[in-house]
Amino acid sequence: MSTLSTNTEISRWSKIWNSNMGYSFRRNPVAIVSLAVFIVIAIMSLLAPLIAPFDPYDPAQIDIMNSEYPPVWVDGSDPQFIFGTDDQGRDLWSTILYGTRLSLMIGLCAVALQAFLGISIGLIAGYVGGRIDSLLMRMADIQLSFSTLMVAIIFLAVTQAMFGSETFNQYAIYFLVAVIGVAEWPQYARTVRATVLAEKKKEYVDSARVLGFGPLRIMVRHILPNSLSPIFVISTVQVANAIISEASLSFLGLGMPPSQPSLGSLISSGFDYIFSGSWWITAIPGVVLVVLVLVINLLGDWMRDILNPKLYKG
Amino acid sequence: MSMLSVRDLTVKFAMRDQNVTALDNISFDLGEGERLGIVGESGAGKSITGFALMNLLSRPGYIDNGSILFEGEDIVQKSESQMRKIRGDRIAMIFQDPMVTLNPVLTIGQQMIETLMAHRKLSKAEAEQIAIVKLREVYIPSPQERLRQYPHELSGGMRQRIIIAIALLLDPDLIIADEPTTALDVTIQADIMELLLELCQSNKVGLILITHDLGVVSQMAERTLVMYAGRIIESGPTREIINDPQHPYTQGLINALPQQTLPGHKLKQIPGSMPSLTTIPEGCPFSPRCQYATDKCRRIRPEIVKYGPAEVACHEVNRLHETQSEEQSA
Repeated sequence: MSTLSTNTEISRWSKIWNSNMGYSFRRNPVAIVSLAVFIVIAIMSLLAPLIAPFDPYDPAQIDIMNSEYPPVWVDGSDPQFIFGTDDQGRDLWSTILYGTRLSLMIGLCAVALQAFLGISIGLIAGYVGGRIDSLLMRMADIQLSFSTLMVAIIFLAVTQAMFGSETFNQYAIYFLVAVIGVAEWPQYARTVRATVLAEKKKEYVDSARVLGFGPLRIMVRHILPNSLSPIFVISTVQVANAIISEASLSFLGLGMPPSQPSLGSLISSGFDYIFSGSWWITAIPGVVLVVLVLVINLLGDWMRDILNPKLYKG
Repeated sequence: MSMLSVRDLTVKFAMRDQNVTALDNISFDLGEGERLGIVGESGAGKSITGFALMNLLSRPGYIDNGSILFEGEDIVQKSESQMRKIRGDRIAMIFQDPMVTLNPVLTIGQQMIETLMAHRKLSKAEAEQIAIVKLREVYIPSPQERLRQYPHELSGGMRQRIIIAIALLLDPDLIIADEPTTALDVTIQADIMELLLELCQSNKVGLILITHDLGVVSQMAERTLVMYAGRIIESGPTREIINDPQHPYTQGLINALPQQTLPGHKLKQIPGSMPSLTTIPEGCPFSPRCQYATDKCRRIRPEIVKYGPAEVACHEVNRLHETQSEEQSA
């Protein structure tokens, strides 16, 4: 045993693997499956241009004559198209891959924007306190009293009317990110503020002040890293919410245009044909959406359980 | 000229209906490299004094009046950004509980290097070298490895050493230690105190030691202030205060030490408890608990007067002394 050195450099990966979080992850089949499914969906959608047999954005590859082929396991299908085609003759499999990519991207970017706004506002409100705190939190209350979808619908409808649908369709992705991002910041702001209020009273903050650090440094470098666990939990839930919001808006025709469909607009475009028998245009992207949101929520649940010291059972 | 000179410092807390006085006309001086003990019960205003010296009172507390001259400059008048340059750099502070004073998510090294780089123009490597030197000074074994560790990996005594090392990092002129050993095991307390004493002497750092432990003060401090209900009631050379306390409260504190009582007897405690800041009695704040109190004590607030080598705020100090010497001669 004498050859064993006590201070071997432990790699970051094995540190994570051996941590409490890694341990509880390994013991939780739901979390493992969820993460695996999520990673598969994420990688496939990221690699969509390489995997997809067709490019759904390229009108030259679309033939209207191919429209409404059913999936391969149904009679009357074309083996070219695994999941069949939609009403415009696009390969559904390729379109879903691209659509999932868009949905994920919008979800993640919107959450990044939410997190940025919410964390900054929450930190300031919690740390500075007093009138600024009241002002910011009343703003959050007002924002929360409007439902996200309502704000988004009004905003997107107005912009669509203002810019015309041509320009709107071109920039739809940015509008969606902006509106979902702005509408949901109070979720973050409230959580962060509550944690900051608790952290602010701890002595390490006093000792940072005593060492002559400025408020910005104390907030960002000392309090924020100590407030990360609720932020992680809320982030996963918010990604799922943002994906749902995006799908709902697209379903209502206020999101991604049919020429560049996300999962929501794909579901919506198939919805008109569902009673004429072409169920797969709606059903298959619907299943993908449900699975995606479900695994993210399950991961969020697992994370909340292990990061919440009150629920932590050792 | 003394390094630190506090004059008529008054700290108040803004409450809904009235302003509560937490420190009432505190005045004291501290020479270069001198060690001063501040003793008193919980709530006497010891810690408030420490924070006021840093100009770090958080709402609703504020400095109402008075001046704190530190090396000739008034801290009370300084702006927040000027104060930030002084804090940590020229005045450092050590807190009570080492378990919570270090940031749990940063390594020891990150915290030390951050402190150095916030105040000095240093490269990271230079800062690390200084950090290692300082860790050696507080007898931390294998400092290079400690720099990479997180606070939870270290014991309480070790952490308090590191906190002392951080306080000494920028070679301050004054360290305010607010009950630095209260949260530690008794055996480690002595080590830490010895270390603090040694470092203050060798680096010529002034020390303000805030504590409720008279034993600690008697070993550490050259001079002592006794505080009661936000006032200084007695101050002077530690030896005088311990051996020949003038104020009835100080006498009570010393008599209450377990060493003053024979085994099998009850400890001699001071009857009653300290008034809360909202109900400080008129006259001498100690009068309701004082066995020598007269009508005058209950009406008129005693001023601090010189009595021998010490300064005492008590009307009855002369009479007190006479009766005591009579008792002794009898």
